[in-house]
Formats: sequence, structure tokens, C-alpha cells
Amino acid sequence: MLVALSWSSLFEPGFFSSEPVRVALVVGALAAVVSGIVGVFTVIRGQSFAGHALSDIGTAGGSAAVLVGASTLSGFVAFNVVAAGVMELIGIRKPRGRDLATGIVLGASLGLAALFLYEDTISSSTTGATVNVLFGSIFTLPPGITIPMVVLGIASVALIAVLYRPLLLSSVSYELAAARRVPVRLVGGGYLLALALAVSMSAITIGAILSTALLVGPAAIALRLATRTGVAIAVAATVGVLACWVGTLIAYDSTVWAGGNGWPVSFCIVAVIFVVYFASGVVSRLRTDRRRATTSDRGGVVQPFEVA
Amino acid sequence: MFASFMINAWEAATIVAIVAGVVGFFTVLRGAAFAAHSLPNGAFAGAAGAFLIGANTIVGLGVFSLAGAGMIAGLGRRARSDVATALTIVLMLALGDLFLSRTSEYAPEIFSLLFGEVLGVSASKLAPTAVIAAVCILAVSVLYRPLMLSSVAPDVAEARGINTKVMDLAFLVVLALVTTMAVPVVGSLLIFSLLIGPPAAARSFTDRPPVAIGLSVLFALVTVWIAIAVSYESNLPIGFFVGATSAFAYIVGRAWTSRQQAHGR
Repeated sequence: MLVALSWSSLFEPGFFSSEPVRVALVVGALAAVVSGIVGVFTVIRGQSFAGHALSDIGTAGGSAAVLVGASTLSGFVAFNVVAAGVMELIGIRKPRGRDLATGIVLGASLGLAALFLYEDTISSSTTGATVNVLFGSIFTLPPGITIPMVVLGIASVALIAVLYRPLLLSSVSYELAAARRVPVRLVGGGYLLALALAVSMSAITIGAILSTALLVGPAAIALRLATRTGVAIAVAATVGVLACWVGTLIAYDSTVWAGGNGWPVSFCIVAVIFVVYFASGVVSRLRTDRRRATTSDRGGVVQPFEVA
Repeated sequence: MFASFMINAWEAATIVAIVAGVVGFFTVLRGAAFAAHSLPNGAFAGAAGAFLIGANTIVGLGVFSLAGAGMIAGLGRRARSDVATALTIVLMLALGDLFLSRTSEYAPEIFSLLFGEVLGVSASKLAPTAVIAAVCILAVSVLYRPLMLSSVAPDVAEARGINTKVMDLAFLVVLALVTTMAVPVVGSLLIFSLLIGPPAAARSFTDRPPVAIGLSVLFALVTVWIAIAVSYESNLPIGFFVGATSAFAYIVGRAWTSRQQAHGR
């Protein structure tokens, strides 16, 4: 009785029978898994800016595609792949210089986006594409997006799988990888391509906010909890999927307590990620303290991902 | 182009360019491009929130960009700075989304906060812009030496008793002020381009910081002046011309550097 009562108050009626919710749960989970896998490397390599920038850069491609009558998705992907290539070409290895290269590409793309959007509004009066990408909602998917989304996701993960060992080595220690004759620039370029595909896929379906949130948040949480990369990837994907589902549930339920005008899904999912992020900080701190107490000779935790 | 209604635009853009040239030099030096993108972009949430409770837009922008600066610095103590910045911009944007969902009237103004409305700057916006700009320049000149040292050689700075964490926060606060000043007049996309392109180009031409700052201000001024003039003549959005000119300046700077290096060998 008690269980039934709490169950029905937890899931507002219609949650599981609603078609948009079902789609949101599946699409969100897909995006979260791909973002989690790619995101672990994004965080290890310190390329969160590139990950976020690509979600904005794609907007320029999307609005250009509208202008020439191509599909938003193709423009989005094409721009991101080119942008990833340019970032790699500018190719400055130090994180500071790399962020600058990202910034230059982002600035130029945003300028183009301003131009294309302006032309779009003149020719067809739709700013829909950008606003959708900026604040895209998981509940309103563009039609026919599912198959390209799955294809992009698989391509991105496959690329990471192929590059896995050299990518990991060159991410943790560039010098060591270079010394072992890993083609570090090729691997870095391949990784940026995987990132571009993953971000295109997630930004166009769930919006730029959630794209970055799911790329960086779960991966950062996972790397606080796990030391082995394989485990971190699994944790990141799981945390991402759960955050998506719990956030979607909260957003759905909120329509009841907020009087019909529910909270946006993006806000709810980001809030869940933040709660878990802070909780993971507490857990890792407690663990550090305990390890210090038990193994006094080690002098603190080993932090394999702290690469200067 | 110099009609009376355009005077405000010229003045506002000139003020913004001077500040962006100075602060942008340190942004590039510190590799703080992500923060320079995140604070202006995320601060729109403050504007949306201010609209919701009927407060002044500038106050909302100021509160949110300062809170964002504090959050980047705070999270940055226990995480890498790019992760801290990503989490901050995501939270700010999500809050903005939440605020927007509480009202149905705000949407058109977002476009102007993103892409700017420099051609429609009112005289009443000019005064706060000028005041905050003066504060930014003053702050940078007071902090000049420790800021420079902690940007170029953090270890040496620490050894000389400069708290680099405090300098991180101080710089982010200046960036937050620039945001508050610039977003209402030129928009978040434009201020970001100005903070990155001209200073990055300037650094290619000289190694001496004062000269680089001067060049950076000059490039920023030329960029916005060209952008306003061409935008006025062609009726195309000003953001495009600022983005294009900034990227062009950077490419020229890079070409110059590699030519110098080739000559050096």
C-alpha cells in the first residue's frame, strides 16, 4: 500500500504512456552514452571548450544549410567536421594556445551564424533552427532524426574504440606517446572528429546546453570516482543516462506542482548532474582521507589524470 | 553613417573596443578564452531573471556574471579550469532556460543580447557603459604587475608572495565587469570575438606587453569601426563583420609570425 502510494506520487500519471516522454528517454539515453564515452577523453585532454564550442559552431552550419535548402543536420555535421579540422590545423599543443585556437574558430563561426541567421530570417522568417539548438528541448525532436542520430553515435564511438590505446596514452602523456612513436597529431585529429560527430548528434537532438552538460558533467564525476579509464567510461555513461532519466521525470512531474507550466528538462537534468557532481566530490574526499589514514607511506592519492 | 542617432553607436562601440583590447590581452595571455565566452554567454540568464522580477537588466547581468566568475574560480579549486568553466556555463544557461520558461514575453530580447543592438544604443545606456569601462581599466592598471606575473610565470609569482588563486578570481571579476558593460550594447557574441581576435593578432607582432596592449586596442578599434561602417552600408549584421575582421587579423598575425621565424632561421 505504502509502496503503491509513493510509486504513484513519484511518477505522475501518464509518464510511461506518453509518447514524447518515451522518445525523450530513449534519445536522452543514446546521447548520454555517446557523450559519456567521448566525454571522458574530453575531460582527460582538457578540451571541454572545444566540446562546448562545437555545439555553437554547428549552429552556423545549420543556418547555412537552411539558406541553401539542405537539411539542418547535414549543415551542422559538415561545419563541425570542418571546424574540428581547422582547430587541429592551427594545432597548438599547449592547452592555453589550444583554447585560443578554439576561440578563434568559434568567434568566426558565430559571425557566420549571425550572417546566415539574418539571411534566413529575411528569406523565410525562421530563427527556429538556432533557438532550437540553443535551447533545444528533448521533448521536441526534429522529424526523421533517429536514424542519422544512431549512425553519428555509432561512428563516433567506433572511432574512439579504434583509437583507444594510442588516444589514452597521448591524452595522459603527450611526450611519452610521441616518444613511443604514436602518431599523436593523427590521433588527436581523429579524436576531434569523434568529438565533432558526438556533439553534432547531441546538440541537434537535445540542444547545446544539454550537449555540453552530458559531455563534461558525467565524465568529470566519473573521473573523480574511478581511476581506471575503462571503469570511468562505464560510470560516465551510466551517470549520464540516469541523470537524463531522473531529470526528465522531474520535468514531467513539475508540470503538476508548477501549475501546468513545467520546468524545462534542460534545467532539471543539469540540476541532477550538479547534485551528483558535488556528491562525487564528497565521496572522493572521504576516500582520500581514508586512504591517507590507512597507507601513510603513500603520501596522498595517485592522480593519474593530473597532466600539467 | 554619422547621423545623430548613430553617434551613440560609435561612442558605445569605441568604449567597448578600448576595454576589450586591454582586457583581451590578458585573456589571451592567460588562455582564458573559455571563460571569456562563458561569462557573456551565460549572463543572459541574469537579464532574463531581472526581467522576471522587474529589476534593471544591467543589475541582472552584473549579478549573474559576478556569480559566474565566483563559481568558475570556486569549482576551479578542485577541478581543472576547463571543466569548472563548462559546468558554470551549463548551469547559467540552464537557469536562463528556467527563467525564460516562466514568462512568454522575453524571447525577442534574447536575440539582441546574443547578437547585440549597437545601432540602437540609447543615450541612457551610454553612461553605465562608460562608468563600468573606467572601473575595468582602473582595475587592470592597479593589478597590472601581479596580473602579468601570475599570467606569464605563476611559479615566480607564488615565490614573490602573489596569491595566484586570488589573481585568477580578480581577473574573472574584471571579465564579469566587461560582460556587464558590453553585453547590453554589443551582445555576447561580439564581445567574445573582440576579446580574442585583436589581442591574439597583436601578440603575433610584438613580445613587449605595453606595445601589445596598445596594438590590441588599435586592432579592436579598427575592427569595430570597420564593422559599424560596413554594416551600416550593407545592412548586414554587425556581428558577422566583427567575427570576420577578428579572424582575419589573427590569420595575418600568424602569417607574420611564421614569416619572422622563417627569416630568423
